[in-house]
Amino acid sequence: MLLVYCPYCQVERPETEFSCRGQAHIARPADPDTVSDEDWVEYLYLRDNTKGVYAERWRHIHGCGRFFNAVRHTVSDDFLAFYKAGEPMPDLDTLAKEAGK
Amino acid sequence: MSQPFRTEKGGRIDRGDQLTFMFDGEQMQGHKGDTLASALLANGVHLVGRSFKYHRPRGIVTAGSEEPNALVGIYRKGDQTPNLRATQVELYQGLEAISQNRFPSLSFDVGAVNDLLSPLFPAGFYYKTFMWPKSFWDRVYEPIIRAAAGLGRPPKNPDHDSYGNIYEHCDVLIAGSGPAGLAAALAAAETGAKVILCDEQAQFGGSLLSEANATIDGKAAGDWVSGTIAKLSAMDNVTLLNRTTAFGYFAHNYIALAERVTEHMSDPDPKLPRERLWQVRAKEVVIASGAIERPMVFPENDRPGILLADAGRTYLNRYGVKVGHKVVVATACDSAWQAAFDLNDHGVEVAAICDMRETPPESLVSIAKARGIRVEAGCVVTGTLGRKRIKAALIGRLMTSGQVASGGQIDCDALLMSGGWTPTVSLYSQSRGKVVWDQDKGAYVPGVSVQKERSVGGAKGLYGLQATLEDGYAAGEQAAKAATGKSAAVTRAVASGGEAGSGGTLGAIPHDRNPARVKAFVDYQNDVTAKDVKLAVREGMQSIEHIKRYTTTGMATDQGRLSNMNALQIASGALERPVTQVGLTTFRLPYTPTSFGLFAGVSRGDFFDPVRKTPSHEWAVENGGVFEDVGQWKRTWYFPKSGEDMHAAVARECKMVRETVGLFDASTLGKIEVVGPDAAEFLERMYTNPWKKLAPGRCRYGLLLNDAGFIVDDGVMGRLAEDRFHITTTTGGAPNVFATMEDYLQTEWPDLDVWITSTTEQYAVAAVQGPKAREVIAPFIEGIDLSAEKLPHMSVRECTFAGVPCRLFRISFTGELGFEINVPKRHGKMMWETLAKEIEKHNGVPYGTETMHVLRAEKGFIIVGQDTDGTVTPHDAGMSWAIGKKKHDFVGKRGLERPDLVAEGRKQLVGLLTKDPKVKLEEGAQITSRGAPKTGTPAEGHVTSSYYSPALDRNIALAIVKNGQALEGKTLYVPMPDGSIEVEVTSPVFYDKEGARLNV
Ligand SMILES: [Zn+2]
Repeated sequence: MLLVYCPYCQVERPETEFSCRGQAHIARPADPDTVSDEDWVEYLYLRDNTKGVYAERWRHIHGCGRFFNAVRHTVSDDFLAFYKAGEPMPDLDTLAKEAGK
Repeated sequence: MSQPFRTEKGGRIDRGDQLTFMFDGEQMQGHKGDTLASALLANGVHLVGRSFKYHRPRGIVTAGSEEPNALVGIYRKGDQTPNLRATQVELYQGLEAISQNRFPSLSFDVGAVNDLLSPLFPAGFYYKTFMWPKSFWDRVYEPIIRAAAGLGRPPKNPDHDSYGNIYEHCDVLIAGSGPAGLAAALAAAETGAKVILCDEQAQFGGSLLSEANATIDGKAAGDWVSGTIAKLSAMDNVTLLNRTTAFGYFAHNYIALAERVTEHMSDPDPKLPRERLWQVRAKEVVIASGAIERPMVFPENDRPGILLADAGRTYLNRYGVKVGHKVVVATACDSAWQAAFDLNDHGVEVAAICDMRETPPESLVSIAKARGIRVEAGCVVTGTLGRKRIKAALIGRLMTSGQVASGGQIDCDALLMSGGWTPTVSLYSQSRGKVVWDQDKGAYVPGVSVQKERSVGGAKGLYGLQATLEDGYAAGEQAAKAATGKSAAVTRAVASGGEAGSGGTLGAIPHDRNPARVKAFVDYQNDVTAKDVKLAVREGMQSIEHIKRYTTTGMATDQGRLSNMNALQIASGALERPVTQVGLTTFRLPYTPTSFGLFAGVSRGDFFDPVRKTPSHEWAVENGGVFEDVGQWKRTWYFPKSGEDMHAAVARECKMVRETVGLFDASTLGKIEVVGPDAAEFLERMYTNPWKKLAPGRCRYGLLLNDAGFIVDDGVMGRLAEDRFHITTTTGGAPNVFATMEDYLQTEWPDLDVWITSTTEQYAVAAVQGPKAREVIAPFIEGIDLSAEKLPHMSVRECTFAGVPCRLFRISFTGELGFEINVPKRHGKMMWETLAKEIEKHNGVPYGTETMHVLRAEKGFIIVGQDTDGTVTPHDAGMSWAIGKKKHDFVGKRGLERPDLVAEGRKQLVGLLTKDPKVKLEEGAQITSRGAPKTGTPAEGHVTSSYYSPALDRNIALAIVKNGQALEGKTLYVPMPDGSIEVEVTSPVFYDKEGARLNV
């Protein structure tokens, strides 16, 4: 069971308090009518399946209820960063280098 | 004579405490401190089981949790627990054990015929035999093999024991309490760090408990253990857990421990759990799981009386039991020599020490010679004689050519073997660490740590008592420092004796026997021989993972701790590739077999899943309601009167709702309060319908899609004020709708000033439906005008019901005049009882979910999740009217324009009427365009809802059918096993198509 840090509550809690919502930083297009069919399918269904450093969405569903993002190494399961929704994605390569992954 | 193989003195058993136990109905004696295995051996019993495939007689091989053969059933509290390892079962007064996998008895087992039929069971026989003609396999071989193979029988009754659970945090967790583990615990504890030390055995001390010669700080090893444990248990920061196996190492240093609490007691306190699950989050972990000895793979190495050398030494020094009176020691390494010397000290005749090595260390040879023990160097065991117990060992000489020359036979009643040592890397492997091959040690050892752990001592292939202690102290200090930043000076104990030996062998032992006729076992528990591994390679298996599955080697309960390295070497030889290029299978949890009860804990029976009850629950129970489970909810299904079956009750309830009035508990519906200046804008974006122009006091049906364009939920939204909506969701969809709304609100539209709150549990809801509904509620509603003019269909008001605050909706899911009364949940029982009494005056009825379903189906109202399946759009469901045509955007709008969703040939919601009104379709039945479709004909759709309709006095159904909306009036077929049913496609609205009954 993973240990997850909620950047709103500022506490580390077991994974059972959270729900993982897949890849982060996939914004719903602001004007869906102008999006091509291919791009809409991409938005709906296609996600990266990274072996390595990956930014994903989490929700502290049994805590504060807030959505936030985390950077996790998908092989080791080590978390390299937690940050609030709306904050920019950190540079994944830099994070990976710092962690020696 | 009782216990003929018990030593005169020594061992850690309590000789003053004699215990009586039963094995296969025979009464025997043992002592407190014995395991079942040591007590059996003390009584001269080696034969304890029959092997899995060939039913060969098998004896105790080890003294630990890796035991492959001595699996027994233990009777307790009138039931039997199968497959317990006799080497771990502690003896208590009155213990009752049975052997397994034999019929009719252990010494005469008809299944042993399998041994003679062994050409039928080569490697991969599961795969090969299934290829045989089906009839041959089904009727002849399969039943025989199934009956003959296998281990113990499962218990007959539900588990009568309870299981505990503890969450714990610590700075340093140490798994294993041999010299390295104890030293690590001392070093870590001294810093003040919070330490947990666990060991799977009853007593702490690991290998030190079997040590007769070496000393620590001048004390006997066992005494040093006792002193150390006394010291640790006096420290508040240390938790000592014996009989506790660290069986799982998960991510982020999360370790699962299984503590056996009562199974070693003859009469435990009934309040105690049988086992306790410890879920530990450790800042740092020290893996001190030691190493285990490897069997030697020589022909007939599975006879009862053949044990690992270290097990022989453990039985002698720890339990005061001699494995035999005349023992042959076969070895490839130094450590087994000490077993021979220890046995010799207790008067056991050591018939010979056969060492594979041409020149074993002179220091050992001279001791043996001084004791008068025959030493055979460059010598291997090539076979054994005896059936239920070894009688003699055949020996052979290794020649420089690589051939083996016969060396005669040596009589014996036990044989101790040692192929060297294998570090126990299971926990390290579970922690996702990759093992690396150490050529010098001839073993895989832990590589780089992936998590916050370090292996110490034997677990990383480090041997020798002094070196192991040093390693333990250093690891304990380092772990505590890493966890807490603190360090402390610890006086390190100094050992004398117990030096590390050398030597070891891997793989099959060369011999001079006919290879076609002999069996040399690699995996005892699964009956896998060296020949099987070679055959698997010949038949094309290249990877060890394939060889493992093809032969089942390493798939026993020890996960190959005993067998893997030998199998690997044999495969490596057959593949002509170095061991490192053959690969190693991954160790997975659990480290040893772990009971289901431990995992279930208290989550069984009433505690398996939460039960949610509605405010009418007690009233419904008292009034004969029949319940159905809807998710976690208990909902009243129907209310039968005496003598009524379900059909009759539902028909009566339906009829009365349409004729007079019915009362229904709708409290399970999901409810969400949407509040804020942007509340209408938010709903505008979430739901298909337009919301901004909905006046306060009015309601609207809302359809929720996902962004792919498919229906995911529906409900009625009431606007209470400009900035406040009370919305409902389906019963099952409530949590998901709420989470979806939060998701969009927090991450896509954080600019919207809206708050949403789940109020499902805040309100009790009673639906009053039927022509008399207004008259029923009128006496209790205050503060508003209930007339049709002032409170038209699809309205909402805040008022009071019987003096308590109330949100009154005029809505209908039945097609009749209807109201849904929401009161604070604490008043729900009062509301229900008040209304239940009132409807009697109007000849009304309470009704359940089945009637609700029938009434809504008569009106063609869909149930999301029953009439839709996640691939249905509003257009498919005939609900294009629910889409706000002028809206710029809503969730699902763009999705609805995708090519597949606007293409011809989509499945659409229709009504179906069977040509014979008495015939009821089965929900889920497939629909075809022809009456007698050929196998393989694609279905045109399927039946989603099907009921007898009392209003129409015939059966009706809803269905999803390809191009269904264009097929109205056409005939389709529902093929069933006894012929096709003819159906006519109709509108899904069967009753009161104009909706006249609503507007009264
Ligand atoms: Zn939080």
